[in-house]
Amino acid sequence: MKTANKPVSEPLVHVVKRDALPLWKSLLIRVLAVVAALLFCSLLSVLMIHANPFEFIDTMFDGSFGSSRRLWKFAKDAAVLLCISLAVTPAFRMRFWNIGAEGQTLIGALSAVAVMIYLGNKVPNGVLLILMFIASVTVGAIWGCIPAIFKAKWQTNETLFTLMMNYVATGLVAYFLLLWTPSGSSVLGELSVGHLPAIGHDYLLLIIAVLVLTVLLYIYLQYTKQGYEISVVGESENTARYIGINVNKVIIRTMLLSGALCGVAGFLIVGALDHSIATTTVGGMGFTAIMVSWMAKFNPLIMIGTSAFITFLDQGAAQITTNFDIDSAFPSMVVGIVLFFVIGCEFFIGYKPKFRQNIHKGGKA
Amino acid sequence: MNKQVALEMKQVSKYFGSLAANKNVDLTVYRGEILAILGENGCGKTTLMNMIAGIYYPDHGSIFVDGEEAIIRSPKDAFHHGIGMIHQHFKLVDIFTAAENIVLGVNDGKSYNIKEVNRRVGEIADKYGFHVDPKKKIYEMSVSEKQTVEILKVLYRGADILILDEPSAVLTPQETDRLFEILSRMREDGKSILIITHKLHEVMSISDRVAVLRKGEHIATVETASTSPAELTEMMVGKKVELNIDRPEPKNVTDRLEVKGLSLTNPEGIKVLDNISFVARSGEILGIAGIAGSGQKELLESIAGLSHPTTGEIIYNNPKTGTAENLRDKDPVAIRELGVRLSFVPEDRLGMGLVGNMDIVDNMMLRSYRKGHSMFVDRKKPRDLANRIVAELEVSTPNTHTPVRRLSGGNVQKVLVGREIAASPTVLMAAYPVRGLDINSSYTIYSLLTKQKENGVAVVFVGEDLDVLVEICDRILVLCAGRVTGILDGRTTTKEEIGLLMTKTEVKEESGNENG
Repeated sequence: MKTANKPVSEPLVHVVKRDALPLWKSLLIRVLAVVAALLFCSLLSVLMIHANPFEFIDTMFDGSFGSSRRLWKFAKDAAVLLCISLAVTPAFRMRFWNIGAEGQTLIGALSAVAVMIYLGNKVPNGVLLILMFIASVTVGAIWGCIPAIFKAKWQTNETLFTLMMNYVATGLVAYFLLLWTPSGSSVLGELSVGHLPAIGHDYLLLIIAVLVLTVLLYIYLQYTKQGYEISVVGESENTARYIGINVNKVIIRTMLLSGALCGVAGFLIVGALDHSIATTTVGGMGFTAIMVSWMAKFNPLIMIGTSAFITFLDQGAAQITTNFDIDSAFPSMVVGIVLFFVIGCEFFIGYKPKFRQNIHKGGKA
Repeated sequence: MNKQVALEMKQVSKYFGSLAANKNVDLTVYRGEILAILGENGCGKTTLMNMIAGIYYPDHGSIFVDGEEAIIRSPKDAFHHGIGMIHQHFKLVDIFTAAENIVLGVNDGKSYNIKEVNRRVGEIADKYGFHVDPKKKIYEMSVSEKQTVEILKVLYRGADILILDEPSAVLTPQETDRLFEILSRMREDGKSILIITHKLHEVMSISDRVAVLRKGEHIATVETASTSPAELTEMMVGKKVELNIDRPEPKNVTDRLEVKGLSLTNPEGIKVLDNISFVARSGEILGIAGIAGSGQKELLESIAGLSHPTTGEIIYNNPKTGTAENLRDKDPVAIRELGVRLSFVPEDRLGMGLVGNMDIVDNMMLRSYRKGHSMFVDRKKPRDLANRIVAELEVSTPNTHTPVRRLSGGNVQKVLVGREIAASPTVLMAAYPVRGLDINSSYTIYSLLTKQKENGVAVVFVGEDLDVLVEICDRILVLCAGRVTGILDGRTTTKEEIGLLMTKTEVKEESGNENG
């Protein structure tokens, strides 16, 4: 062809949509993304903090798996994160962007602490725990369904509404802390009542409870009529209307569930771990949970893996801060880079870049 | 005749994933001709045109304009080469005037002068015989006026090669005739016109040559004068097709659904249905004709319980109990609970009738998942139904666990119609059931509807192809701007008669004058 020699300005790269990739290929791409991210981070560590890259990666793993104590902490943190991620999932499956898990969990924790403070020592521990559970779940559910009611009745934006409710929850906690700390220090010490019993290890009950919840939620979403309705409403409200699903009812019911699950997370944090509350008790996990749920494509079983992965990154980053005696900004950057690679690789699962062909032609000729 | 080549495509291919939308297509377009691009839906007509217009970039092959290789990476590049495309879905700013829309995005180095633009638009319009007021706002325009603006937009930018994507899909027969006159005038002026269509009679009446595509490949380009509809169909489909539709005489006709004085005002306060009355009878196909957006959707949705009319009655005569029920203000679940077996194939298949991301089995469940008291869904019966429909209607799919959005348009529709018929309805409403379907699938759907009619179902069929409506319907109701402008006998009426009723607004104007 004559034209091959002519300089033409065909675009260098254009993007082509892929067919559905086989599972092993898409998994391979994700694994490669993590490996590439870690290599890139090692390179950065050499350049920026003059660390040995092998030591750097080793420290990453050390953070979660270095000792039995770290392993338990890793499992506990992953479990709490998983629990909150489970909570946001039914809403997300319905395309209801609940970013208020932080507040819903905090308010659930606050309710449990309130029960501990006002009823502790007045009722037996078993009864107290049940009352704490009921209080957390109920208040969490109410907190979650307020934005849902507004959305159903007046079409308010659920994202803004749930976000704002976080601040209200934080404010309420701050108020009650002032009320409960006689000195006005707002630091509530560990309460001696309402502890969940420890079986085997301190954290074991919590971890088992969350895993059971994961399986239950999976079954609910996948195999029940209500779970099916959630999927239909999420995919298309018009289809839901067409087959006579009461969309508003489903929205409110699902947010009740979402909020209630956040309440469970709050209860577990208070009853099994903190035995106290602060405005930072949830510590941003309500937002991290959004990412955990998205990365797992809203599948509770896969969320076990994604919550573990995020926790692994966090712990690894913390370990790097300690071992290399550097500012925490660098490890945060590492976490950011890994997530960028992992989320970015989804693009290559859906699409493939196609390079200018004339280059190849020219090269061969 | 001295033919000058305007545009040439050589060995052009475009792939989406592993699917070849176009494969090694060669195409030549001359100056001063109308070339029809004919082919079934999904054969790659639009993809091919989009590559000329700069929407897609070809994976292989080259395009030549006036003998020079042209690299068309964007619609802007296309305009630079004098190529303009009029898309099926208009891309206009509603609150701007025609002239403002036309000049939008034109960068000719001159300062913006709307008076000058108005003058030039008027000039172009006069030259080709368009009727358009450059100062009219888009939201005040009818569909055909909007289309005119789209064409003017392209001409204003100086396009010599015009591509029209199914321009007649939204027009009445009369409007189509007028458009074709204009296109002929452009041809005389030396413009090249490519018109995408799957309507054979249009090809025969307007084009000079026809390029036939099948499954992404260019089959042949033939002179229109030396071919016939039968030959073209054979090229399109790849085998001989019987284009006859059976219309058996209705049997055991009884009034099944009576709509009386139905009116509906939408949330914007516009009256979309105005005093509609008709009867749908068992054993009959009642066709509904009208320009898109004349109230067809609202009418069917009101009957199905999805919209709530402001006045009127929808009476269903239950053949089992003999009782008459008013369905108005009842939701779909309440209607079902009354024992009314009403099936509805909505216009928006993947957005309303089905859930695109769910597999065939889960889509089968949409209608039936509530059955039983268990809190768990039963997927066994839907699975059986899915298998049965896939087998009986020859749905081509890897298996019943494929998300329906991955199926082709025809297969999606077979799944939807199959599910609705499986509910053994007494009333079956279908809105544009063959839109976007290939010829074979279309005829499958027509015969399914006819079979339902023979089984004593009252079939309501909203269609856009008048040729088909007059062939399969027993009676045809014509809607215009939310009013019934006529109910005709399908066996004696003509396309032209329906076309006139579709635009019959005099009734409205008269009553308006009386008030005024």
